[in-house]
Amino acid sequence: MSVLPYLDVGLALLVVAVAAWTVAARALFASVVSYVAYGLLLAFVWIRLYAPDVALTEAAVGGGVTGVLLITAGKRLGALHDIGPDVRPGVGLKLLTGVLAALVAGALASVILLLPDPPPSLAPEASAAIDSAGAGLGNPITAVLMSYRSFDTMLEKIVLVLAVAGVWSMTADEAWGRAPSPFRRSRPYAPTIFLAQMLAPIGTLIGIHVFWTGANAPGGAFQGGALLAAIWIITMMARLAEPPRVDARWLRMALVAGPAVFLVNGLTGEFVAGSFFAYPPSVAKPIILFIEAFMVLSIAVALPMLVAGPSSEGSDQ
Amino acid sequence: MELGTSTPGGYLLVLAILLPLAGIMLSFTLGGRNAERVALGSTPFGIVLACAIAFEVGQAGKPIVYTIGGLPPPLGIALRADGISAVMLVAAAVILAAAAFYARSKFATPDGVRESRSALTFWIMLQAIWAALIIIFVGGDLFNLYVALELLTFAAVPLVCIDGRPETLVAALRYLLFALFGSICYLLGVALFYGAHGTIDISLLAQRVQPTPVVWMAAALMTAGLLAKTALFPVHLWLPPAHANAPAAASAVLSGLVVKGSFFLTLRLWFFVLPALHTETAAVILGGLGSAAVIVGSVMALGQARLKLLVAYSTVAQIGYLFLVFPLASGGAQTWSAAGWSAGLMQVLAHAFAKAGMFLSAGVLAEALGHDRIGNLRGAARVLPLTFLTIALGGLSLMGLPPSGGFNAKWLMLQAAVASGQWFWTLPILVGGLLAAGYVYRILAPALSDGQVSLKVTPMRSQEVIALALTMAAIVLGFAPQAFLDFLEIGRPVTASSP
Amino acid sequence: MNPSVIAGLTGATLVGLGLYGFILHPHPLRKLLAFNLIGSGVFLVFGIVARRGAAAGFRFDPVPQAMVITGIVVAFAASAVAVALILRLSAANSDLSLDPDARAEPSDGEGP
Repeated sequence: MSVLPYLDVGLALLVVAVAAWTVAARALFASVVSYVAYGLLLAFVWIRLYAPDVALTEAAVGGGVTGVLLITAGKRLGALHDIGPDVRPGVGLKLLTGVLAALVAGALASVILLLPDPPPSLAPEASAAIDSAGAGLGNPITAVLMSYRSFDTMLEKIVLVLAVAGVWSMTADEAWGRAPSPFRRSRPYAPTIFLAQMLAPIGTLIGIHVFWTGANAPGGAFQGGALLAAIWIITMMARLAEPPRVDARWLRMALVAGPAVFLVNGLTGEFVAGSFFAYPPSVAKPIILFIEAFMVLSIAVALPMLVAGPSSEGSDQ
Repeated sequence: MELGTSTPGGYLLVLAILLPLAGIMLSFTLGGRNAERVALGSTPFGIVLACAIAFEVGQAGKPIVYTIGGLPPPLGIALRADGISAVMLVAAAVILAAAAFYARSKFATPDGVRESRSALTFWIMLQAIWAALIIIFVGGDLFNLYVALELLTFAAVPLVCIDGRPETLVAALRYLLFALFGSICYLLGVALFYGAHGTIDISLLAQRVQPTPVVWMAAALMTAGLLAKTALFPVHLWLPPAHANAPAAASAVLSGLVVKGSFFLTLRLWFFVLPALHTETAAVILGGLGSAAVIVGSVMALGQARLKLLVAYSTVAQIGYLFLVFPLASGGAQTWSAAGWSAGLMQVLAHAFAKAGMFLSAGVLAEALGHDRIGNLRGAARVLPLTFLTIALGGLSLMGLPPSGGFNAKWLMLQAAVASGQWFWTLPILVGGLLAAGYVYRILAPALSDGQVSLKVTPMRSQEVIALALTMAAIVLGFAPQAFLDFLEIGRPVTASSP
Repeated sequence: MNPSVIAGLTGATLVGLGLYGFILHPHPLRKLLAFNLIGSGVFLVFGIVARRGAAAGFRFDPVPQAMVITGIVVAFAASAVAVALILRLSAANSDLSLDPDARAEPSDGEGP
């Protein structure tokens, strides 16, 4: 036990140092790489906060998928000139911003130290509700996401659909309907292909497992979907698969499947359980797993499409 | 816990939200021309639902509530519609429907194409803005409202750059960065509220808040974030290029409604979450920023060469007036506070209708003349009489001349300022009115003078009528009876603090 | 110093660092990275609120943790839209194609 506090402080210092390098690095690409490392380190902080679900999400999305997104973008931009005015901020402005940032951070830190003791918590309520509204789900976070705050969760899935539509709206008009450009033009290296072939079946199984056990153990629809998404991204990077056309009907349906099933179920809740977004207590758990299965599908499709970007002119297949 | 259980009519709130959400998904899946059909087809239902909610609120005389899943806060999420929610719901439904029908010609899927980028984007994003605004107007949970704010951002940004010109892309990017920064500040405030009081339900928080440093920090962060999204001076710089470069129908929605969404949440925060605290200092700061916005925005509007930019800078100024509601409606027990409250909401509504109408007119004008340079408008009123009538009527409301909603708003503000002894707020109101007269004159004077203007395209009569109808709504607000002002008071907490 | 205090101070520092980068960096992608730093700092604040709320046999309050998961998804969606916009802008402002290998460096990494 006596080593742990030092580990915590060391981890915190490392996270802050990598974050500082992300801000301070001269080259764009160095900054991007540093950010990806930062995302992975952060997952460890979450584990120390007894938040394995968040750690899984942070590792899969904050580190993994965001990493691919930013590195792809950094590479594409690196091949171009820097956009925006290439003026280095003056010393005065740097100093002023530094003071402002320090003040904000300081105020925030002192406020965090002033949080009330004993701390308020909804854990007792959540614990009490775990068998009724919580639908007998052993993982309280899944219960919160799918029952008490199901409305947030459905909205968040619609935000994903909207983000896909927003990314696609950045297409050049001539290219509309085609597929996004492949993740890389050149032939991938043999190890990449091998890795993708190896990972695809195993990763798919793990993804489904994470979703399935998420009802009772850390994991859940989002983490499972994100793992499946990562597998698809790796497969596309190895060019074992190509991004689909954005006007493909199956793609659109897969993207809205999760929120649509959620919405329809929310509507029927009024008639079968007396309230919108309520579940009949006896079958709550199977219904929740049913909705989650479609959410896994939507997430597994939405994240890669967000990373792939808008359709490009040269990619008609 | 009367605000924690569903009331009769509460189910309407869920239906009102689910309608545009289902529309988004249908439009996205079916694609092509169906996107437009779904969006246009759902507008009448949206208007009916909004009116039904307003009717229920009026009947009940108190807010209507729905607890989602039958799970009351703090664990569950509640939706609540009070007087101001109901009024905003109706206004948003009407303005969005008007913008949708106005936009039909520009965002029709061209013949011979199964689906076009700009059409699909426009119809999806329009419905998403609508959905997000409804949640913002009836949301009772601060985190749920965060998701709605993000939904609003993701819908509004693609509309700004829908035509893909580089300057619109720059405007959209700047807008996106400001908006994201605003959201994250807001979210940090939510985290602190939860940490301090273990709930983020608006009415539960209102019972629990204490004037601790954590609460003040949370309120400051949320306010800063919301101000960046509302484009209040001095964080207004993103607004004029974004609103002026978007297509007219989108500009109307962005200027008339979208900035009101984040303003509405600022109202919720200070009048509904923190009514128990002494917020006079904060109110004076917000009022001061608002006054500065009135002056700066109006002066900038006076100097613009393009009509759409002038109208966009006028939005910066008119947003400023909104923030006078904070000093003028604090001290809820006082009689003048009701006048200040009515004034603020009247200004929201009058500006929403007048500005939407003016942006649509600016669109008709730019389409018909092939440009919107104010210097080349000599004689334009002769060829576009209906459009200039609309601009004149909208201008009337912006200046605050009777009869108009704008006049009512400013008159009530002056009353509240004098009655509360805060006479100094009369200065920005009066100076702002004069400056507005100046920039409206700049548009109308050349247009009404002699000159030769040739039409590039004959304007569509239906578009001109839609714009005129919106500004007429701003005028009609000038005749709002006392009952309407009383309706705005439904569900407004009485503040504990009085000066 | 327990882990949640350390994490809280880390979160505050990250917000400050991100704010600095967000204001100062002229390049939009750098601004986006800085924004994500602020975002993760904010999520850490939720994290310590959740950790402090350990009660009733739970080692954390599940409600704020669930909010973080939602927040991470939304933040990712925001990054994706911003990246698409930045790439579109850089394409519109330049004569070069957006081919990732147009001037690719030899050690063309695969991402994580």
